[in-house]
Amino acid sequence: MTTKPLYQTPLLETPFHARTAPLNRVNEWSRWAGYATVDCFTDLPGEYFAIRHAATLFDVSPMVKYRIAGTDAERYMNRLLTRDVRKLKQGRVAYAIWCNDDGKVLDDGTVFRLGASEFLLNAQERHLAWLQDSAPGYDVTVEDVSESIAGLALQGPLSCTVLKAMELDGIADLKPFGIAEFDVAGTPLTVSRTGFTGDLGYELWIDPARALDLWDRLMEAGALHRLTPIGSQALNLARIEAGFIQTNADFVAADHAVRPTRQRSPFELGLDWLVDFDKGHFVGRRALLRERETGSRYRLVGLDIEGRKPAHDALIYHGKSRQVGMVTSAMWSPTAKRNIALATLDAAAADKAGGLWAEIYVNKEMKWEKTAARCRIVARPFFDPPRRRATPAPDY
Amino acid sequence: MKTHDVIVIGAGHNGLTAAAYLARAGLDVLVVERNPYIGGATVSRELHPGFTYSNCSYVSSLMRPEIMRDLDLPKYGLQVTPYNGGLTMTRDGDYLASYNDHDMNRRELARHSLRDAESYDRYSAEIMRQCRFIRPMLMKAPPDPASLRPRDLRGLLQMGRAFRDLGEAGMYDTIRFWTMSIADFLDQYFETELVKAHFAGSSIIGTGLGPRSPGSAYVLLHHYMGEVDGTIGAWGFARGGMGAISRSLAGALQAAGGEIRADAPVAHIIVNKGTAVGVALESGEEIRARAVVSNMDFKRTFLNAMDPRDLPKDFLKAARNFKIRGSSGKLNIALDGMPTFRGVPADCPALQGDLHVTDTIEDFERAYDDWKNGMWSRRPYVDLMIPSQLDPTMAPPGKHYMSIFVQYVPPKLADGPWTPEKRDAFGKTVIDMLSEYSPDLKDLILHMEVRTPHELEEEIGLTEGNIFQGELTMDQIMFNRPTPGYAQYRMPVKHLYMCGSSTHPGGGVMGAPGANAAREIIADMRAGRKA
Amino acid sequence: MTEDRKYGAIIIGGGHNGLVCAAFLARAGQSVLVVEAADQLGGAARNAEIAPGYTAPACAHILHLLHPRVRSKLKLRRHGLKLAARRLPTVALDPDGNHLTLGGGRIAGTVPEEDARSWRRLHKRLLRMAGALHPFLGRIPPRLGGESWQDRLTLARLGLSLRMLGKAEMRDFLRIVNMNAADLLDDELSDDRLKGALAFDAVLGTNFGPRSPGSVLTWLYRLAGEAKGGRSGLALPAGGMGAVTDALAASALDLGVDIRTGTPVRRIVVEDDRAAAVELESGNVLRTRAVVSSADPKTTFLDLVGPEHLDTGFLRRVRSIRTNGLAAKLNLALDELPDFPGLDRAALGGRLVIAPDIGYVERAFDHSKYGEYSAEPAIEITIPTVHDASLAPGGGHVLSAVVQYAPRDLKGGWEAHRDAFADHAVAAIARYAPGLAGRIVGRQLLTPADIERDFRIAGGHWHHGDLAVDQMLMLRPVPGWAQYGTPVAGLYLCGAGAHPGGGVMGAAGMNAAQRILAARKAGNAA
Repeated sequence: MTTKPLYQTPLLETPFHARTAPLNRVNEWSRWAGYATVDCFTDLPGEYFAIRHAATLFDVSPMVKYRIAGTDAERYMNRLLTRDVRKLKQGRVAYAIWCNDDGKVLDDGTVFRLGASEFLLNAQERHLAWLQDSAPGYDVTVEDVSESIAGLALQGPLSCTVLKAMELDGIADLKPFGIAEFDVAGTPLTVSRTGFTGDLGYELWIDPARALDLWDRLMEAGALHRLTPIGSQALNLARIEAGFIQTNADFVAADHAVRPTRQRSPFELGLDWLVDFDKGHFVGRRALLRERETGSRYRLVGLDIEGRKPAHDALIYHGKSRQVGMVTSAMWSPTAKRNIALATLDAAAADKAGGLWAEIYVNKEMKWEKTAARCRIVARPFFDPPRRRATPAPDY
Repeated sequence: MKTHDVIVIGAGHNGLTAAAYLARAGLDVLVVERNPYIGGATVSRELHPGFTYSNCSYVSSLMRPEIMRDLDLPKYGLQVTPYNGGLTMTRDGDYLASYNDHDMNRRELARHSLRDAESYDRYSAEIMRQCRFIRPMLMKAPPDPASLRPRDLRGLLQMGRAFRDLGEAGMYDTIRFWTMSIADFLDQYFETELVKAHFAGSSIIGTGLGPRSPGSAYVLLHHYMGEVDGTIGAWGFARGGMGAISRSLAGALQAAGGEIRADAPVAHIIVNKGTAVGVALESGEEIRARAVVSNMDFKRTFLNAMDPRDLPKDFLKAARNFKIRGSSGKLNIALDGMPTFRGVPADCPALQGDLHVTDTIEDFERAYDDWKNGMWSRRPYVDLMIPSQLDPTMAPPGKHYMSIFVQYVPPKLADGPWTPEKRDAFGKTVIDMLSEYSPDLKDLILHMEVRTPHELEEEIGLTEGNIFQGELTMDQIMFNRPTPGYAQYRMPVKHLYMCGSSTHPGGGVMGAPGANAAREIIADMRAGRKA
Repeated sequence: MTEDRKYGAIIIGGGHNGLVCAAFLARAGQSVLVVEAADQLGGAARNAEIAPGYTAPACAHILHLLHPRVRSKLKLRRHGLKLAARRLPTVALDPDGNHLTLGGGRIAGTVPEEDARSWRRLHKRLLRMAGALHPFLGRIPPRLGGESWQDRLTLARLGLSLRMLGKAEMRDFLRIVNMNAADLLDDELSDDRLKGALAFDAVLGTNFGPRSPGSVLTWLYRLAGEAKGGRSGLALPAGGMGAVTDALAASALDLGVDIRTGTPVRRIVVEDDRAAAVELESGNVLRTRAVVSSADPKTTFLDLVGPEHLDTGFLRRVRSIRTNGLAAKLNLALDELPDFPGLDRAALGGRLVIAPDIGYVERAFDHSKYGEYSAEPAIEITIPTVHDASLAPGGGHVLSAVVQYAPRDLKGGWEAHRDAFADHAVAAIARYAPGLAGRIVGRQLLTPADIERDFRIAGGHWHHGDLAVDQMLMLRPVPGWAQYGTPVAGLYLCGAGAHPGGGVMGAAGMNAAQRILAARKAGNAA
């Protein structure tokens, strides 16, 4: 941390900044949770294809992290999250969402079970007040540890190969959503087989003071395996292909929504599978039970859109006339060879088969043209390689 | 003798706004102003050579963008520069700054409380919800809930629909917001006294309420519902001082053929058989018009400028009972250089914004108690700005203009009337307090103007020196402003209208009362012509 | 141990609202049990022996708001409720002995003729407005944006009830309801004693001073209870306030209600997201179809139900209910009737008010904002023994006083300051009754902190939570849950923390019973 007044450092630097900055040759930065993060290091296609063909490094340090510990930690997490945390074993990670009273999603993230009564919650947004206000009556402490853990996502088919080259013994046997602890030159390193690319990949967590050393070791180990640092643009493409939604990109975090109709329930985000009604009470349970009875208003779906023009911000029509929704994320998927998108539709329209059109604006040499492209609701992920789940992890 | 279509009494920003709209509708408009300068409380004045003082109102946000556009104000010289944040200094030498940048703002709050830093987003979302709810009402005459006329029913229905659109929880929160005290409202979000104090100020500026008075949360909106270029809640400086707003309005008015006569104080409004037909100036001159529009406040219009026999008894009583206690004063200072502030580095960008030293809710409340007891606050709340940092027209290079808005200052002192000695003693109270935070301030003062409610009343004509032309409490806003049954700008005497801040939506340099009044007058004139 | 019998409803708390709710439920054929932690029923409406042989009203000391439906449907007269005095005049005490006596809109004493006229008019006007509010006291508050016809009907009724006032008065209502009492009184009246006493009426039991916006509404609200609260006006029950409790208990027992005193509840047992039973401190578990809590919302939800069954947003709401009491109760046992110069014995049977001017009350209030007690408090006094000699031994008297303001969170704590505050209160009274101190044979002061402990009311607030617009009607106890139900199925509230608040009105208990019965009827298996 810098000791300068904060207005002199409007953007914070991540623990990896000293390495990422010189590599950011096109100097494209953006902001993520108050940190300067790399948008793109050199060229986007190169970075994107490295995710699907080799190995990539992405700095996830700005992620918001909470450590939750105490004798009631499991009960507390079960109250907070919609899924049953009792089923999450020590040394395992789970994708999770949490809701407000109305059953609207506050955020999504990953929950790490570090011990019988210790969890780490990784989130997109900040929730300290909510976590604290959920805690009375439970013997737990909630601590924001965002700045005391540096994180790197190592993703791609060669990611395990790189870690093996770094001599992390037994890493290949780490199952998806598993956590393993290693010692790297006397520093504890936590590795989880998780990520946001839908590919084989790991996330590495370390003391920020040792961050640069980790980076250097990885780059050295990855030198022969085309290990490529990537920016958030390439990652975003991969996560769309994986069909992952992102808070405040595909839906508005419920407590930030100024307009009540912008809030979304897990059902409306297609996350029914994360809601466990049988585990006892959790925040939002009663509202979600009601919604299950009365039906949802919206549905988040994956779309396969005809043509090759990405349907950025496209409005979706039913029968070309009635607007029934909008695209929140879109791309031409070079890997799936499809024009894909995530969209939120009125539930009624999503339930009907067919008849959906995307209104896409295309710029052809400074001339904008509107095209209507037929779309089809398809299952996600759009791209789902077997290596993602294979254990032991394959070498290439 | 010439008969104008409309005479507007008072060339304050609302009078000028109304006049400009009327003139653009093709009416023959005359504005009469008692002072030799125009603008009312929206003025720039050179009271010390080389320095421009916005010596009454001092920042701009609320002026409705619709009006700027309709009247083409930039063409007549209006330029507004947004400023960056502000800060509250603490007595122990720290400070809490606001920044426009979301992350910087969060990190700054987090220096004081991590939890409050996060709660801020939830707080902002709620304020934004309330702003969205109220903004459509600003540029409309408020519907009368006791009336069954289609127009009123339609208006009520529209309000009802906007209300329902908030959702069930939103409706409850809205009722609560409009009736709560700011202290209780802030307690729902923040735990740190400094953070609460930092946000509470906007709720009591210009009011006769303390932070614990129910209804004070709503007043917050009067400082958040404005915008600069679409940035809701942003504030800015009018280049050349607040007078630039009046000058641009006057420019728009004159370009449309309207006329302004300064130095023409009105003695009374002439009423003939229940109809306003003109005004009599103090010089004895009488000017005739088909309609008279008063930009004076409610009391001044009806208790000073009219014969009580021309008014219904209940209405007169309502005017007498209108609550218009002034609560603020102002110091305008020419500085020989930029003062320093203890604990705040000189390059802190928040120094360009509004500066405060009240760091607990209790201090606000005690300052309010002093006012209730008929004295100026011993430790007042100040809203201090140095606009010359951003606007080079306000002071010579290297020198600065400092505007200090002071809350609370009573219109009447418990120990007798205001005197120049008491005024100076009040000024000394403020400067002494600020010197604890800015040790070099005193030595930099080249000239200082001290204004109490007494000066505001004497010079600008605001009764009891109330900057909003009437308190902004629930019993005096919306359809209750200025009094029930007369919230649609028409007064009980035919062809007599009000267009000042005593009418909906109230005070602040907003222009909305003037624009709304003009709309009603134009409609009446058209209907009259047809009939 | 789980007891065999399963009740239709178990009411937690044998205060007046709990008893009313129990009686109304039993009257509709439900099997009902009331469990009360204390050895005595009545909650804040019970008698306390403050010195050997001296019976004083523990907290509440005037009966004026009791809902007429409670009185008639529960046949309270048949069950022994008798009034020792009715239509008590209010005596506005004057330091110089020129006291004013107010009875309804009439004033006895020397006031400017103009004031007498204005007050008569204002009193009528306020009563009409209060009358428009009254029907809502005895009704379940509507849900906003609700689709049910009852909700819409109730809202429509409120609208209609305002329209019925006529155009001018409706406008007047919508204006003054938002005002502060001081401004309204200053607009209409000039006499300081008169304005002071009325200003105090407006803020009794609230967290307001006369200059707090909203204090006209709390005044109207109080008048609404009185307006239709029967012709008795301010009344004293024969046998003390405890007699009201006795009559309610008798009525409840007569209707088949089981009552257990000395039976504190440890927790409300929630099974499958329903309130299924009540677990006693003794460890016994009593099964029931519905649990109805007359405890305050904070105690009910945070202590008895427990956060694990409640959503975080709801808990935030509950925790932010403003519940800190500001009214203390002072009871004095006197060896003879105190001498108030300027008042005869009959006048001493009235309600004596120490609030000589608006500023006095406002200054008293100002202290409370900073966690200080009022050194010169505003006080409401009754001397029930003037009407009912049985409450004190041989010629002795009981002076019962509500003393404002005494903030629950006193800086430095009450233990250190209790005696000093009681001394201030006695001195304030003695200013009007010289020689009072020499007649005191027993003195009892209940601060809000004591009330919190002794009556198990979080914050020690006699309304279980501030009465203010943002905590009234559909916003009481918390927004979205004003219909006596709670997020936990089968759990209801029936205490002062719910609409329409406290003050020995019984309306909360009555409305809650209505809600529970409606739910039963709708087959919600509530």
